[in-house]
Amino acid sequence: MKKILIVGGGMGGTILANNLARRLSNELKTGKASITMLSASDKHMYQPGLLYLAVGRITPDELYRDQASLLEPGIQFHVDPVEEFKLDNNQVKSKSGKNYEYDIMAIATGSRMFPEGIPGMVEGAETFYTEETALKMCKSLQSFEGGKVVITVGVPHKCPMAPLEITFMLHDYFKDRGMADKVQLHYTYPIGRVHSLENVAKWAAPEMDKLGIKYDTFFNIKEVDAKNKLLKSEEGVEIKYDLLVTIPTHKGMEVIEKNGLGQGGWIPTNRTKLNMEGRDNVFILGDTTNIPISKAGSTAHFEADTLGENIAAMVKMGMPVREYDGKVFCFIEAGKDRATYAMFNYQNPPDPKAPTKAVHWFKMAYNKLYWISARGLL
Amino acid sequence: MAKKIVDGRGSFCPGPLMEMIAVLKSSQIGDELEVLSTDKGSANEIPEWVNKVGHEYVSTVEKDGVWHITMRKKK
Repeated sequence: MKKILIVGGGMGGTILANNLARRLSNELKTGKASITMLSASDKHMYQPGLLYLAVGRITPDELYRDQASLLEPGIQFHVDPVEEFKLDNNQVKSKSGKNYEYDIMAIATGSRMFPEGIPGMVEGAETFYTEETALKMCKSLQSFEGGKVVITVGVPHKCPMAPLEITFMLHDYFKDRGMADKVQLHYTYPIGRVHSLENVAKWAAPEMDKLGIKYDTFFNIKEVDAKNKLLKSEEGVEIKYDLLVTIPTHKGMEVIEKNGLGQGGWIPTNRTKLNMEGRDNVFILGDTTNIPISKAGSTAHFEADTLGENIAAMVKMGMPVREYDGKVFCFIEAGKDRATYAMFNYQNPPDPKAPTKAVHWFKMAYNKLYWISARGLL
Repeated sequence: MAKKIVDGRGSFCPGPLMEMIAVLKSSQIGDELEVLSTDKGSANEIPEWVNKVGHEYVSTVEKDGVWHITMRKKK
């Protein structure tokens, strides 16, 4: 029997498990293969929904499903997070103390927010990367009476489109509340343009100009003086704010660092085969890799598609059959009712088009369709 | 002082510069970072960022379509 172990029940791990369960349905029935998933939670969160929660357009209950309800029959699911990786023995030890053996393992443990890496950030800034902080931000926005709203971006961060999306969405949020003349939006970005993707920056900067959104580039956050409401950069620039919204820095999970699998919690990963460097039977996907592409749900999704085919082929044919080409697809909300998208891979940069209502409504539909994606059907 | 390779080849987003900034945060003063990029724009934007932020730009070499841009952390 080929034992497949999936560590992590987020988007990447869940899509992979379901994809494999369908591809290996005969092997599961006849006892030639098994799929086990170990996760830290019995709930599954739709993380992109947090952006909408922050501006009051989604309620918290819409973000969650029971993890077990998303998984194909035949997948053995345990809420029992891994604490120790014994790669030389093809074994992991879980929080409950149980040892799980595997022939093939996929690690998809994700990442964690790390705002405490910037002095004053936790005390001084709003953010929306957890349910708790998104709810807090929603309340702060509702009670905000006007002034300067500064949006600032840590490095590295999860979901590279989020800085632009929250900026444009805040513009429309305040406009709808009749506060456009009372609020000045001020966007900052760490490099010399308003987004890392050159073509996205070429689209976004004129949009900001048109909407009266100020921006500073070459702005790397040094610290937040929460008492005096002052944001300071490594470049020596200081910006006063009335409300600070941050895209926080993030790190890989502690268990990855503790086990020495990768600095910062990012595991060295072959960018096309998706195996852990030096290991042929350990695969990495989603935020857990050190591959220099977007830490985003769509990355995990497309990596899981590749790994689903490859791991199934390894069980049936003894070898993987395809390579990951670096595909990423990101929606970009350009306000409350317009959106565009960026699609790219290792070879081809994106070429975003002018935002449309149609793309926005497709994104709204995807917020519901996600649960079909997680089941590996879309 | 360590020398680190930041392999940003094929990275459009977050891109070689953002990858370099991320690695820089966990580096020590004096560490040298060599960024590999297949985007020729990196040859301009990385030295520009390094000089603007106050680190030390060391060199740029192009070899077989890959730009090797070296900088040193100064603060």
